[in-house]
Amino acid sequence: MNVASNLLSWITFFPLVGILAIMCLPSAQKQLIRLVAIVASAVPLGLSLYMWFWGFDGASERMQLIERAPWIQAGNFVVQYFVGVDGLSMPLVALTCLLLFIGVFASWNIERGLKGYFALLLLLEIGINGTFVSLDMFLFYVFWEIMLLPMYFLIGIWGGPRREYAAIKFFLYTLAGSVLMLVAIVAIYIITGRFNIQSYLDVNGNNVAGLLELARTKNINPQVLTANGMLLGLPFQDWIFWFFFIAFAIKVPVFPFHTWLPDAHVEAPTPISVILAGILLKLGGYGMLRIGFPIAPESFMKYRDFLAVLGTINIVYGAYVAMGQTDFKKLVAYSSVSHMGYVLLGAASMTDMGLKGATLQMFNHGTSSAMLFLIVGVLYDRAHHRDLNGFGGLMTQMPRYGGWTTLGFFAALGLPGLAGFWSEAMTLLGSFGPYPTLTIISGLGVLMTAAFLLWTIQRVFLGPLNPKYAKLPDISAREIFCQAPFAALCIVFGVAPAMLINILAPAVKSYLAMFPGLH
Amino acid sequence: MGLAGYLIVSAVMLACGIVCTVARKNVIYILMGIELILNAANLNLVAFSRFNGHLDGQVFAIFSIILAAAEAAVALAIVLNVFGLFDSIRPDDPDLLKE
Amino acid sequence: MHSILSILQEHAKTAEQAGEAAGGAARALASANWGFEQKDIYLLMAIPLLPLAGYIIQLFFGRKLPRQGDWMLISLMFAGFGIAIYEFAKCLGAWSPEFKIESRTMGLSWNFLGSSPGSPSLVAGVLYDNLSAAMLVVVTLVSSLVHLFSAGYMKGDSRYHLFFANISLFSFAMLGLVISDNLIFFFIFWELMGLCSYLLIGHFYYKDSARKASLKAFMTTRIGDVCLLIGLCILYQHFGTLQFTELYEKVKIAVQNSPTHEWPEWLTAAGILVFLGSVGKSAQFPLHVWLPDAMEGPTPVSAMIHAATMVAAGVYLVGRAFPILTPDARIVVSIVGSFTGIFAATIGICANDIKKVLAYSTISQLGFMIASIGVGGVGAGLFHMITHACFKACLFLGSGSVIHAVHTQDMREMGGLRRKLPITYLTMLASTLAIAGVPLFAGFYSKDAILAHALARAMNEGIWYYYLPIAFLATASCITAFYMFRLVHMTFHGEPRDREKFDHAHESGPAMAIPLIVLGSLAVVCGYPFAHGIPAPLFSEARPWFLAIWEDHVPFETLLGGHFAEHHEHYEHILHESAHSNAVILSLCAAGLGISLSFAFYYFRWFSAEKCANAIRPVYNTVLNKYYFDEFYGKTFIAGTLVFSKVSSLFDKYVIDGIVNFVGGLMKKSSDASASFDRTVVDGFVNFAGFGTQAIASISRMLQTGRIQQYVAFSVFALVVVAALLILR
Repeated sequence: MNVASNLLSWITFFPLVGILAIMCLPSAQKQLIRLVAIVASAVPLGLSLYMWFWGFDGASERMQLIERAPWIQAGNFVVQYFVGVDGLSMPLVALTCLLLFIGVFASWNIERGLKGYFALLLLLEIGINGTFVSLDMFLFYVFWEIMLLPMYFLIGIWGGPRREYAAIKFFLYTLAGSVLMLVAIVAIYIITGRFNIQSYLDVNGNNVAGLLELARTKNINPQVLTANGMLLGLPFQDWIFWFFFIAFAIKVPVFPFHTWLPDAHVEAPTPISVILAGILLKLGGYGMLRIGFPIAPESFMKYRDFLAVLGTINIVYGAYVAMGQTDFKKLVAYSSVSHMGYVLLGAASMTDMGLKGATLQMFNHGTSSAMLFLIVGVLYDRAHHRDLNGFGGLMTQMPRYGGWTTLGFFAALGLPGLAGFWSEAMTLLGSFGPYPTLTIISGLGVLMTAAFLLWTIQRVFLGPLNPKYAKLPDISAREIFCQAPFAALCIVFGVAPAMLINILAPAVKSYLAMFPGLH
Repeated sequence: MGLAGYLIVSAVMLACGIVCTVARKNVIYILMGIELILNAANLNLVAFSRFNGHLDGQVFAIFSIILAAAEAAVALAIVLNVFGLFDSIRPDDPDLLKE
Repeated sequence: MHSILSILQEHAKTAEQAGEAAGGAARALASANWGFEQKDIYLLMAIPLLPLAGYIIQLFFGRKLPRQGDWMLISLMFAGFGIAIYEFAKCLGAWSPEFKIESRTMGLSWNFLGSSPGSPSLVAGVLYDNLSAAMLVVVTLVSSLVHLFSAGYMKGDSRYHLFFANISLFSFAMLGLVISDNLIFFFIFWELMGLCSYLLIGHFYYKDSARKASLKAFMTTRIGDVCLLIGLCILYQHFGTLQFTELYEKVKIAVQNSPTHEWPEWLTAAGILVFLGSVGKSAQFPLHVWLPDAMEGPTPVSAMIHAATMVAAGVYLVGRAFPILTPDARIVVSIVGSFTGIFAATIGICANDIKKVLAYSTISQLGFMIASIGVGGVGAGLFHMITHACFKACLFLGSGSVIHAVHTQDMREMGGLRRKLPITYLTMLASTLAIAGVPLFAGFYSKDAILAHALARAMNEGIWYYYLPIAFLATASCITAFYMFRLVHMTFHGEPRDREKFDHAHESGPAMAIPLIVLGSLAVVCGYPFAHGIPAPLFSEARPWFLAIWEDHVPFETLLGGHFAEHHEHYEHILHESAHSNAVILSLCAAGLGISLSFAFYYFRWFSAEKCANAIRPVYNTVLNKYYFDEFYGKTFIAGTLVFSKVSSLFDKYVIDGIVNFVGGLMKKSSDASASFDRTVVDGFVNFAGFGTQAIASISRMLQTGRIQQYVAFSVFALVVVAALLILR
């Protein structure tokens, strides 16, 4: 059991140890349960940092840290445990580990059903990391579904007043998407007889082409299913494309599939919101880039204009809707909708710059939205409501909290020097070539984002102090500890974006090479 | 006297046995009815054996008689136990398994 | 100055000797870099980084430091000023219009987006030329003095340390912007300045007006910023670079390669978009509304915004981007600028708040600068920016001193203060003379050059709209003289109108007096003429120093060649032959008229300002209310945005989410239906089968009596039946 050679498995499955340990503890031992959860999430974090700095070759385009073993074998039906990371997924794995680690600390106030809560939280970590590292479509699907379950309970049991509604909406919406994905996976399996996304060498040293390689070199041949490659008037590839796209679009979420997000966020407890916005949404974007688009390259090139339009709608519409909210958390949730639009726009642009911007945005939004939700959580814990018009002048009473909020908000609105700027600017620079009009319209989104975030600061923090809140305590050390890593990441990648871009660049390059019709 | 005479006697014995078995309300009579049926069959066997010229039937009859003796012993033992438990030898009285 | 020069010449010599030792190539490099070495680049970078370091230290430890850390930030700023002077001296030593240091040619550049082969990159470096050299000195000087002034002005403020931190960050952003060699870094610092202005204008965050003003400032300038970003997108799309020098080069190639040898239209669009960035930051019409409200910030911040940082950055951008502005774009620039000049000046006449008057005067003066660049007088516009920085900083700090003394901003409650505040009075008077364009004061030289360019452009082109800028600017400079002297009269002359406030007024300490004196004297001397690197007699033919060092480089049009070059030569000809002498007369007349009018109205009181105002009451009210721009924007754009956002959030809640819930409901309905089908029909069959079985069983169990004899009877009966069947068959 060499850790270094099975690094990804260790990162993915170590929380399982924590789950078992927590299950064995008596539920009265709250501190001990928390301690176990910290350890169980700290170890993957440490391992992922090791992976980032030492285990991973940032200059390489290849999949790395690959582990492959047969899992289910029944004749031709072969599902493998096939994991690996490249520049696209590696930062997201590390971000997941960080978010979950912070999530444990942010859950300190939870008293009810502690055992189940932390066990589910750790299970969630397994699901998310597993999805990021899977290189086998079936495995991917399994992890994708594993992730759904703890999320459902975490929202449905530890959530706010309308938690059942939110949890069911979240669950069904995502499930509806994953059913489509399953159909697509099965269809592809029937045609190609394989699940592995990535190519590999078998024991005899022969290359077993992965699905992406098949898609690039000779298309996925639909003759098995239909005579002329058409299915109900659409080319078979288009069906695959749309099925995958809708499955991932729900997760991103792309307009008009986004309405589960505000509900889920509003009802979820703070740490769950943080994880939801910070990393779960990225799975949608990641899925598109890893599977959804390259598996149907021609369909993608055919429909990418439409995707760019959707991305732009996300950016502008999300910002406008956010501006119209009076619930602090809903506002932040809609800002996520707006920010994730950049991912879609950048991905649709198919330029080196735009894709770097999109992938960068996935990481940076993970840090900045996590900050925003932590900020909301701090306020909610104290005032027990989130009505933006019910505060005022909190800067006087909570100056340090105001400072953190200002930092978080400026990170979110893309202030230069903070990470969000680079991803937004690069996305816009990259997408201007193919879509000048859409980019200009997106500029409106940039403007509106600044408007609603600053308006929020103005309403909540500035002006005369609302006497109702004259006794609120300032942000505590634990809450600062939760904020600090994200703030640090925002600043570090804002000042030196190359640290991250250098890791993303080879992945982006090889991604672009998967589209034969591009150049 | 030909075969028919034997068979008629045997048939009468069978009829008496069946009537005795079905109609009487005493286990001893029922056992006796069964013996009658068995012996009607034995008579048939012996008669057919006699007229066919084979000994098979007579051998079979001897087996049958031995069997009847064993059966009577077992049946009487059961009857004794039933009488001990239920204080009756009417076949309808031991009805614990009913319903 | 001579001694510095000689030192520099020696320095250059040693550099050359070193070059000779290293070989010919190195010598070429050394001469191309005017004796600048990597060390100088690091020094230049230290200028912005010092305040940044100060900011970080201050942010974490400011409250614990003695005197809340103000001494540290002030000294860091002065250190930056020292470096700026040192490098500026080197630049003057080179004394060449082509003087330009680029860090990338010296092997110092930073690839910010990472370096991967085959993909585009953004390389950042330092650009140091005459313009940035002058700007660095001005900005560091004004910043240092504002820091110093703040130590007196902000004393006792509850967020004293944060104020200093933010003002240092502000300086950092501006200084970084000045030495950026590419538009993307320019944009970064540009946005950071937006942040700083937001934080500083909202320094008194607990005041409702302050929080509104800060939001307004950030959002209004952000509109410009987004336009600028889109402009950058266009440039990047077409040129693949955002580095200034490369852009100039590529614009040249693009024009020369275009089929008709014309300026491409997209370049016009890009130029106007970039200019819109300046419109936001430099508060040009129609995005001027934020600047007067920005007066809600503490007065040193106003001085900083108006003189050294924010608004200057806008002009600096237009100056830097001048070569990418097409003639069409330049018309837009010049007309917007000159219209702003006159538009803001008229509002300045009616304002009664001393800081508001200065704010509108800033907008107006910025209009001058921008119009000047638009008509082709880049040097003149930038020169005016430099002189304006000196005297406007002085005016603002002076007004701060006045406010500090009388605790009001309303000029109608002042009067006669010259006796109580002599230093403030004298320095402000000098600055007023400068801004009014009185000869021998700095503003005269720069304003005169601007008018000359505007006039020359009008005469050269001969189309009616080219006459608009000169007409606007001449009128505006007359009005400027008028309202600035109105300010001086109402504040310092006449009798005190509020005796109590007057009695309490007194000059404040040296921290506030020294900056005033320094800036006041600069307002006099910073426009003086130079010839060949040395100060020239005042009335000589020599040009002001900045123009002398700036204007002799080969103009961009000449580089383009063809009809562009001919056109430009004609323009130069008109400028030197007739425009310049006419412009001097024009500007003297305008200033004289304005000053005399203000004396007539407010000093000798020959006419009554009230009566004049009453005579044109509707017009007066319109101007007093700033042409109702705030109301207009409030009712249209802001209200429109809010309504639209409300509508879209309702749309989201009821339509999009409505559809989702409807689909969910539909699913529930159909599942209910199928459940009832299942209950009645499907389950009905199953139950029917069960019941049937049971019925049959309950009939057949009647046979199962448990009576042996009955069974036997049945068997016999069955036997008989079977036997009968067998026999009868």
